[in-house]
Amino acid sequence: MRTLWRRFKGWFFRQLMRVAMVSIMAVLLFIVITIVIRGVSSLSLDMITQTPKGGYYFGREGGILNAIAGSFYLAAGASLLAFVLSLPVAFYLNVYSRSKRNVRSVRSALDVMWGVPSIIFGAFGFLVMMALGMKVSLLAGIITVTLLITPIMVRAMDEVMRTVPRDLYEAGFSLGATRWEFSVRVLLRKVYPGIITAFLLGFGRAIGDAASVMFTAGFTDHIPNSLLEPAATLPLAIFYQLSSPIPEVRERAYAAAIVLTVIILIISLASRLLGGRLSKHSTTD
Amino acid sequence: MRNRWLVLRVAVDHLAAGVSRLFTLSVLLVLVLIILGLLYKSIPILTSQSILDLLFSSVWKPMKGQFGFFPFIVSTIYVTVIAITISVPFCILASLYLTEYAPRRWTKRIVPFIDLLAGLPSVIYGIWGVIAIVPFVRDILAPAFGYETSGYCILTGGIVLAVMVIPVLMNIMIEVLRTVPIELKEATLSLGATKWETTSRVVLRKALPGVLAAVVLAFFRAFGETIAVLMVVGNTVMIPKSLFDPGYPLPALIANNYGEMMSIPKYDSALLFSALLLFVMIVGFNWLARFVLKRTERYIV
Repeated sequence: MRTLWRRFKGWFFRQLMRVAMVSIMAVLLFIVITIVIRGVSSLSLDMITQTPKGGYYFGREGGILNAIAGSFYLAAGASLLAFVLSLPVAFYLNVYSRSKRNVRSVRSALDVMWGVPSIIFGAFGFLVMMALGMKVSLLAGIITVTLLITPIMVRAMDEVMRTVPRDLYEAGFSLGATRWEFSVRVLLRKVYPGIITAFLLGFGRAIGDAASVMFTAGFTDHIPNSLLEPAATLPLAIFYQLSSPIPEVRERAYAAAIVLTVIILIISLASRLLGGRLSKHSTTD
Repeated sequence: MRNRWLVLRVAVDHLAAGVSRLFTLSVLLVLVLIILGLLYKSIPILTSQSILDLLFSSVWKPMKGQFGFFPFIVSTIYVTVIAITISVPFCILASLYLTEYAPRRWTKRIVPFIDLLAGLPSVIYGIWGVIAIVPFVRDILAPAFGYETSGYCILTGGIVLAVMVIPVLMNIMIEVLRTVPIELKEATLSLGATKWETTSRVVLRKALPGVLAAVVLAFFRAFGETIAVLMVVGNTVMIPKSLFDPGYPLPALIANNYGEMMSIPKYDSALLFSALLLFVMIVGFNWLARFVLKRTERYIV
């Protein structure tokens, strides 16, 4: 009798787990399908090659090129800037610092920054802009998003660098390499797939974040011609245009959603292909 | 000649050391500046109203200079708690299934898909919420319980957030469950325990600290989430009495009003105080969670 009960429990929970698994997958698929179905019907060549005509909130004509271009400028600028900032910090954590305590506190500070919601970065960015007398602009957006993604990039680079065995450091230094030479010629070569993944992670976060660019990069109908002009972004194109009472404007929001999803999909695939491939200098595996 | 070359190499090394130290310091400085900036801007509101009044009053009349954050704090907590309550049980069961029961090739196919969804921007979850969940709550769920709602309510916000944190939760949980050594399972099985008894009493227990860590992380993600919630939660200043009432979480408050409130200096200060509040809550809970995790880890191992 007791055995029967135990068997029943096993069977019951197994079914329960299956149900949980299937429903999670169903919901996640449902999201992708919803976005694709709504997006495909509103996608057209005009949609991705024209800027909105007659104002993004009221104009019925035109597309979302302003947001596509703006998002690319912003994400490219921010992730390049963050990359330049992050790599030395990752080197500091793994090669240069002699104090274990420092390393530990820097890491936990970076983790705290990772957890800070992007709206706080947005508010802080706006605060600094006001203090400096800057206006809403592509540059302000780039700087704010850089602050947002730098902790993410550093920690992602740091995680892969940590996996490099200590022996390799000792081998490098015993051959007379300076710390800089070791960092660039040995460590960086060894972990470069991970570095690419870290970069793409930051880029993906930069292109998808709405709350940090809301007050800093602003929104506009035009493609920015300089760093000091405001820039439209895809997430905000979705957010602003979805609440419009005009159906044609809402179509632009759906189109922006599918474009953004496809970009994220490409980034995800790219990081899998580039980052997953083992470098020829890798000795493990 | 050789000597000069060496001097150059060492000089480059020292320069790089200096730069890397400088960059590290400046990244840390940003964190300090955020705290100081928010604190400095909050001073006007903190000196004009007592902190207890700010936190626990529900009178929100910016034009009259009365700022009570209670409705916003309550909304934030409601939405987050709903999200965690829905997503955690599903995620634990599904990750156990994937790591302990399902064939390996399943796991191999599902994990990249979950990775992809973890990278999906929150605004995408928001638009999905508007297209799918808002009508579902309005037309099916609320009438079933005898309520009337526009669909833009606390529950919708909670559901959208729950779905948003699922990929984050699953990712970490699968990672953690995989680290449970197989010897442990074999030992239990050989003592006559059933598969489920092994899974629930050994695997899950061993992985508990990691699972808790995942829950804490998901909690923070949900707590500070702005856009996805803002799009579906209704944004009405009130203390929600039921799941079908609209709410107004703190991040949504900042997003909706910041930038255009410069004409009323106290309003500006109040909004930055709410940003500070959000920051303190997240960092405070984070430290608390780490402390608790350390204790439980010691207890289990």
